Amino acid sequence: MKFLPLLIANLFRKKLRTSLTIGSFAVALFLFGLLVIVRGAFSQGVDIAGADRLVVINKTSLIQPLPLSYRDRLLRMDGIKQVTYQNWFGGVYQDEKNFFPQFAVDVANQRAMYPEFIIPEDQWKAFAEDREGAIAGQNTAERFGWKVGDRIPLRGTIYTGSWEFNLRGIYKGSRAQDDTTQFWFHYDYLDERRAFGKGDVGWYVVRVAEPDLSVKVAKAIDAEFANSPFETKTDTEKEFAASFVKQMGNIEFLILTVGGVVFFTLLLVTGNTMAIAVRERIGELAVLKALGFSNRFVLLLVMMESLIVAFVGGGLGLLLAKLFSLRGDPTGGILPYFYLPPIWIVAGFGTALLVGTAGGILPAFSAMRLRVVDAIRRV
Amino acid sequence: MVRVDGNGGAASLIHVRGLDKKYTRGGEEIHVLQGLNLDVDSGDFVAFMGPSGSGKTTLLNLLGGLDVPSAGTITVAGDEITHMSASKLTDWRARHVGFIFQMYNLIPVLTAFQNVELPLLLTKLSKSDRKKHVETALQLVGLGDRMKHYPRQLSGGQEQRVAIARAIVSDPTFLLCDEPTGDLDRKAADEIMELIGRLVQEYGKTVLMVTHDPAVAKQAQVTLHLEKGSLVDAPEGAGKP
Repeated sequence: MKFLPLLIANLFRKKLRTSLTIGSFAVALFLFGLLVIVRGAFSQGVDIAGADRLVVINKTSLIQPLPLSYRDRLLRMDGIKQVTYQNWFGGVYQDEKNFFPQFAVDVANQRAMYPEFIIPEDQWKAFAEDREGAIAGQNTAERFGWKVGDRIPLRGTIYTGSWEFNLRGIYKGSRAQDDTTQFWFHYDYLDERRAFGKGDVGWYVVRVAEPDLSVKVAKAIDAEFANSPFETKTDTEKEFAASFVKQMGNIEFLILTVGGVVFFTLLLVTGNTMAIAVRERIGELAVLKALGFSNRFVLLLVMMESLIVAFVGGGLGLLLAKLFSLRGDPTGGILPYFYLPPIWIVAGFGTALLVGTAGGILPAFSAMRLRVVDAIRRV
Repeated sequence: MVRVDGNGGAASLIHVRGLDKKYTRGGEEIHVLQGLNLDVDSGDFVAFMGPSGSGKTTLLNLLGGLDVPSAGTITVAGDEITHMSASKLTDWRARHVGFIFQMYNLIPVLTAFQNVELPLLLTKLSKSDRKKHVETALQLVGLGDRMKHYPRQLSGGQEQRVAIARAIVSDPTFLLCDEPTGDLDRKAADEIMELIGRLVQEYGKTVLMVTHDPAVAKQAQVTLHLEKGSLVDAPEGAGKP
């Protein structure tokens, strides 16, 4: 602690330079935080997918339907415990910017298939009893200010016309990362009113009896419907979610590349700043050594300066990223899971300190190796 | 008593025997010091004079443990410093040597108080004890009212006084002054020399000083001349009691 004034005085020697270097760290770590949030938003489904759930889609494409009659055949197969189905609706609420996913669901099995979504019993009962009833996720309900009992009008894009629903319940996620942007309504209501595709479903969700048997059961399902007009492609829910992420490009690679470039640039900036800082005060460092301060002390002094800059700048950037994430999804529903997990804050902080160490190490060593006699002569 | 003939007694504070310092510059070997002998007693005030390149500063650096000789030995208060490791030499400097440089060499971002406090940070003194020592040193050099001033807010003479306070604050065994008045006007130089003289006379400090200025050298008890790497001339009493 007694060396703190020396350390602080050195940091504030060139206020603008120190501020700019701290700013570089803050911007880099803020960007890091955003990249982590975006990565998380895209891969959220992969990370939290149920281990014992399979998704059965039409082999040709997800947008091609499957017949409702498959439900009973699936239920008869070995290793399958439960089956439900869903259908994408694609309606617009007031304006196309107000995107949120809407699904026509199998009311009898939806709740049991997704126990991670929490809905009060009375609300679920009211929903089940109302053919025009709907359930909205908390995020979407809050976004549009909906309350239970509200009448929600949607303009159909696939199934044209005006569709109206009675909001009978609002579900919450049991985990922070659960998607609470969905909107569910009765499959029967959709099937009754739609002009085409009657008796079709978008996809099936199957719960297997043993998660270890998932691959075997998936193969059996696809074999069961092989050579039929509606061949299937069955994946675990995790693989299904991952294939969605892949459709948007290699997000992970993109994030790693951008992050890598940012941190490498930061390393060069820090190294250069510290090298200049050391070069400017060679004489002073030599005087410290002449007074009896050890080589190790001089090394640590320079390293500590670099680390403090990284600590303050990195902390500031991550704090801003966290505050930004707390404001929620700024895209209006495209990134429903807009969250910066604590583990990534720690990782970002660790990386900032690592960059601070790496950036300061060469200048610190050159300061340590400084010969007093040569350096004093240069003053 | 100061001697340059290598026959000084064991009671001397500083013994230098057969000191050599060679540099290689541009492939050529330069002998800066050759077989130099010196004995300095505690409380002596010695000035070293000589033309540029005669090795005055080199000798001071060797005596202060900032450089290592090519041959010979330096013993200070019983410690032979020529064979000490770099880290031991650093500790030794902190305990035994007070440096006063021509350009003051204060840390510009620290106040006078903080500059003077620097050597004490290496000791185990408490914060309040350090404060007492620093205040005493600054009052002794006449800057008790300038403690919170930064070097840029002080005149050259005042900066050198702060440097002197920094040199004496840890009560070192001896002071090494390299052209302490070289950057000052006559008046400020006289004040600094008067202060150094007081340190010797009133506080019994041992001072070894390099200077180009005969008027400054006159303040010392003994003036030694360095020529061709040796202390060849001691007209003001070297070798005499």
